[in-house]
Formats: sequence, structure tokens, C-alpha cells
Amino acid sequence: MKKKESTLINMVVVLFVTTLVAGLTLGYVNDLTLEPKARARLAKKANALKTVLPAFDNDPVPAVIRVKSGSSRDSIEIYPAFRGNGFAGAAVTGASEKGYSGLVKLMVGFLPDGTINNIEVLEQKETPGLGTKMKGEKFLRQFRGKDPSSFNLKVEKDGGGVDALAGATISTRAFSEATQQAYDIFITHRDSINEQDN
Amino acid sequence: MAETLDQKQNFLKGIIKENPVFVMLLGMCPTLGVTSSAFNGLGMGVATLFVLLMSNIVVSLIKSQVPSKVRIPAFIVIIASFVTVVEMVLEAYIPFLYEQLGIFIPLIVVNCLILGRAEAFASKNNLTSSVVDALGMGMGFVIALTALGATREILGNGSIFEFRFVSEDANTFILFILPPGAFIALAYLAIAFNRLTRKLA
Repeated sequence: MKKKESTLINMVVVLFVTTLVAGLTLGYVNDLTLEPKARARLAKKANALKTVLPAFDNDPVPAVIRVKSGSSRDSIEIYPAFRGNGFAGAAVTGASEKGYSGLVKLMVGFLPDGTINNIEVLEQKETPGLGTKMKGEKFLRQFRGKDPSSFNLKVEKDGGGVDALAGATISTRAFSEATQQAYDIFITHRDSINEQDN
Repeated sequence: MAETLDQKQNFLKGIIKENPVFVMLLGMCPTLGVTSSAFNGLGMGVATLFVLLMSNIVVSLIKSQVPSKVRIPAFIVIIASFVTVVEMVLEAYIPFLYEQLGIFIPLIVVNCLILGRAEAFASKNNLTSSVVDALGMGMGFVIALTALGATREILGNGSIFEFRFVSEDANTFILFILPPGAFIALAYLAIAFNRLTRKLA
């Protein structure tokens, strides 16, 4: 078959058809994947909640409370957890823009007295092999069971108690800042969550 | 058009004689950027292989319909569409891999390997040859990225495919995980690869 001449009409028609087909295909695939994408995100959230919260028997996802905080772009989410009729704790999202490659977003689980139960990293773009070790057991271990009112959530270099990741002090700082933010929000809203239940 | 290409040669050239990474030095951006671990290299390689295969198929099918003056924009639209499809499918069905490769998936669009094969091969050859070419080149890319990722992970992190063989506290050459290590490791692998193929030839 002979190649089409590069006349104006030919070029316009070919580019138009190409973009039209591409656009329709993308729209179709987007529709197709919309639901699985939402499901994947929800599953991730539910999983994170299970990891960071102590045992609970309510469904924290629909019970979410969203609060605005001056220092954060997105609203902060608080997921209250109850067991029996008692307040079991809450998971709070915390974020920091000061990571080595931008946003670091965590979910921090607190016991009713403010002690950190567990932390899960939701989003990060840190350097693989260095900053990404913030997801590792060895790093996270040092936060469990600590009460930020007595445990200074700052890197040791800055006078705090957090043992920074080797070669990733900036990532550790962002992590600590996000944890501190989550703690502050939890303390501010703890009582109102507690009352809601009773 | 008389097709005299030997398909076995056509396939092997992408892996050895014209290996996109070690010989032609194409697609350096993802090569250096994502290969901090063997798994990331493999994932990026497979995603690129898929896009390359699809774009070669489409380009070789529509080659006679595209006026040569607008062929590049047309090819780019085709490639970008497949990349976006890959991104959406990964996010929906393999969220784990999507998180790992995250920002590098959109970069497949600007991988000159894909546009290069569309321009230099698929727009001049028939469907079968283009498919074989894409598979060969894609496999060459997968092998190179996995080898580079494995080398950097072993030296920089003391593990391979996340399987650690030194303790977590051991001192490893962190340099190899960092961007300069990518250049160093790539250079030595390229030397070794070219030495070896020259000896075999």
C-alpha cells in the first residue's frame, strides 16, 4: 500500500482520528477501572486501620471525622475505634510536605491516653533503600508504646528522641513532623470523640 | 514488500547485538531512575515491554495511513495512550506495584526506546517482524534493568528481590542505591556486557 501524501487534509484527518480513538479508549478504560481503583484504596485504608488500631468492633471508616488544619493541605481524618461500649482509641492521618521528595503521609493509631499504638505509612516518595526504610519494622518499633507528651518527637540531631534512619535524616524529620501533627489533632479532638459515643 | 528478515535473528538482536540499554544506551531516564532494586527494575521492564509491544503492533498496522509529516505526533499519542492504560490498570489491580513504580510509569512515554522502535522499525516493517522486534527489544530492556537493579540492590542494600542476606544493621554501599551509584553500576555492567558479547562473537 502506498503511503498517504502529507496534504493538509490528510494530516488533519489522521491526527483527528488518532486522538479521537485514543480519547475514547482512555475514557472507556477509566470507566472500567474506576470501581476497582476505589476498592483498592478502600482496602488499603481498612488494612491500615487494622494495623494501627488496637482491637475494635465498630467500623471506623464511615465514622470518620474530617477536620481542617492550618498546616496541612488536605483535611485530616480521624477514625474513632470502639470496643464494646468503650472508646478504644483512634487512628489519625498526619502529613508533612518536608520529605526528601515531598509529601509523607501516615496513619497513626493512638490509645485513649495518647500513647502511640502503631504507625503505618500511607504515602511517600522517599529514596528507595534509604528513606523508604521508614516503612520497616526496625524504624517503626521505636514509636510504639511511646506517649508524645513525654517522648520528644524530634530527630536526635534536633534534640529529640527519634533515632533517624541512616542517610535519611530529612525523611525522618518529615515522618516525625507528620506524627506530631497527628498527635496534636488527636489531643484536641479526643474529648469530643469520646462524648459522641456516650 | 519482500520479507527476508530472519525472525530468530530479529528477536536476538534486541537482547544481544543491539541491546537497548547496554549497547544502544537508549531509555536512560527510567534505566537510571528506577533500578534501585531488582524488583523495581523488573516491574519497569515488564511495563515498558508491554507498551513497546502494543505500540509496535499499532504503528505497524497503521503505518501506511499516517502521512510522514505528522507521524511523530501520531506515534506519541498512541504511546501515551497505552502508558495511561497501563497506569490505570496497575492502580486498579496491582496497587502494590503501582505504589513502587508510581511516578516512573508516566515517564515510559518519553522513553526514546519506544518511539525509536516505532520510528526505526515498526513504521517500515510488517506486523510479525514488528512484534518479534518489540519482544526482543523489550526482553533486552527487562534483562538489563533487572541486572542493574539486582547489582545495585546487592551492593547497596545487601539483599536481592527483598531477600536479605546480611543483617539489617550491616554497612552496605549506600552509594549504589543513590543516583551516582546508578551511573557507576551501569557503566561497569555495560563494559562487562560488551566484553562478553565481543568474545562470544
